[in-house]
Amino acid sequence: MDFREMMESKYRDILEKYITEQSEQALYQGQKFSRKSIENKISPEELISLHKLSLTNMYPDLSKEVIDSFDILLEVMLGYGLAYREHQSLRHKQQELRTEMEIAANVQQTLLGTTIPTVDCLDIGAISVPAKHMNGDYYHFVKDEHNHISIAIADVIGKGIPAALCMSMIKYAMDSLPGSQHEPKLVLENINRVVEQNVDPSMFITMFFGMYNTSNHTFTYSSAGHEPGFYYHAAKDEFTEIEAKGLLLGVDKKTKYAQYEKAIEIDDMIILMSDGVTECRSDEGFIEKETLITYIKKYIHLSAQEIVNSLFKEIERLQHFELRDDFTLIILKRKV
Amino acid sequence: MEIQSCVKIINEWDIVAARQLGRNVAKELGFGVVDQARITTAISELARNIYLYAGQGQVCIEKIYDGAKAGLRIVASDSGPGISDIRQVMEDGYSTSGGLGAGLPGVKRLMDEFNIESSSGNGTKIITTKWIR
Repeated sequence: MDFREMMESKYRDILEKYITEQSEQALYQGQKFSRKSIENKISPEELISLHKLSLTNMYPDLSKEVIDSFDILLEVMLGYGLAYREHQSLRHKQQELRTEMEIAANVQQTLLGTTIPTVDCLDIGAISVPAKHMNGDYYHFVKDEHNHISIAIADVIGKGIPAALCMSMIKYAMDSLPGSQHEPKLVLENINRVVEQNVDPSMFITMFFGMYNTSNHTFTYSSAGHEPGFYYHAAKDEFTEIEAKGLLLGVDKKTKYAQYEKAIEIDDMIILMSDGVTECRSDEGFIEKETLITYIKKYIHLSAQEIVNSLFKEIERLQHFELRDDFTLIILKRKV
Repeated sequence: MEIQSCVKIINEWDIVAARQLGRNVAKELGFGVVDQARITTAISELARNIYLYAGQGQVCIEKIYDGAKAGLRIVASDSGPGISDIRQVMEDGYSTSGGLGAGLPGVKRLMDEFNIESSSGNGTKIITTKWIR
């Protein structure tokens, strides 16, 4: 039966039971009744009116003063009822926004999607996790006709939707570079011009672009103010920072970038990241580069993909499973 | 048959007069206690908006009939500054009531039909109706 139809008698039963027994059980029934009436969208003012009606039926001799007092209560509760309904409607809207955001995040994943290339001499691992729904980090791999591997990694200062929108632009700027354009400093200079023209001056983007030559095993790279990565020299079992200087993208359209080159030996690693990795806060403040290196060492025997996955898990735990910034980590390991 | 009576809204006491008029008509039509309270709250909101934002205007109450159905119609009009973005004032959480659930979205919820005409500089006219269930 419809709740509205039976609620009058049901409420009266509970009320009568309580007035005779004053038992906890009757109160519990009252609680259950309130759950039901909320489910059925009964407003507070309707309940006051129901209470008044039940009382007048049960006690016809009840004083007029008591009965009249419910008119004030009803008027006051009407306001609460309105506020409650507004709250419900806002909650519904929030749910819609969340759904929209999830769709946008999927669209973004498709737009920015990249696959990790396979080449015999390299073991490559990559992970990128957004702090909120949408990712303000970007990474991209390209394998050219000579089997050389290019890696782009970029980070918009800020996170969420504005950063994500900005990243889509970087992606298309990259796609429209001439196919022969692999020289890191020229790539950055090109992208810098696009960013300078199209992005709000308050938005900053850092980017790292590197090219791994699979014939002579050199890594050529340039950086536009990007978080420096690490180089692991296997023979010495030693980590060093990948040194690269360069201005952020979009500051000056005439910026020239320096280009660096490094020879990579067997078992050496190149570790690239966004600042979400180093700027993650643990209870003791920002995590130190040493902490990061300790974790890499802990998992160094694993494959590149397993290392980045394990590192992410460790850092996620350090931050109590609450990412404060988008997190991207890439590892290239020379196999042969 | 249409019977219309109006209350001019100039000061805060007129809000009470408008409520009283609305309640009397609602009672005559046979609205239940809860709906009477809803109608008077809607009138209060509309009259308060006139008093606060337009300075003066009027609230009219009509009995209306549609076949066997009877209802009450509130027409609140003023020649105040008007509303430039109606969509915004009809949005939950925007209104000056600041999350108290009142404002125009509140009025719309309390009543069955709601219509607003307004433009910047040309005043505002709100027509809203509640039918007896």
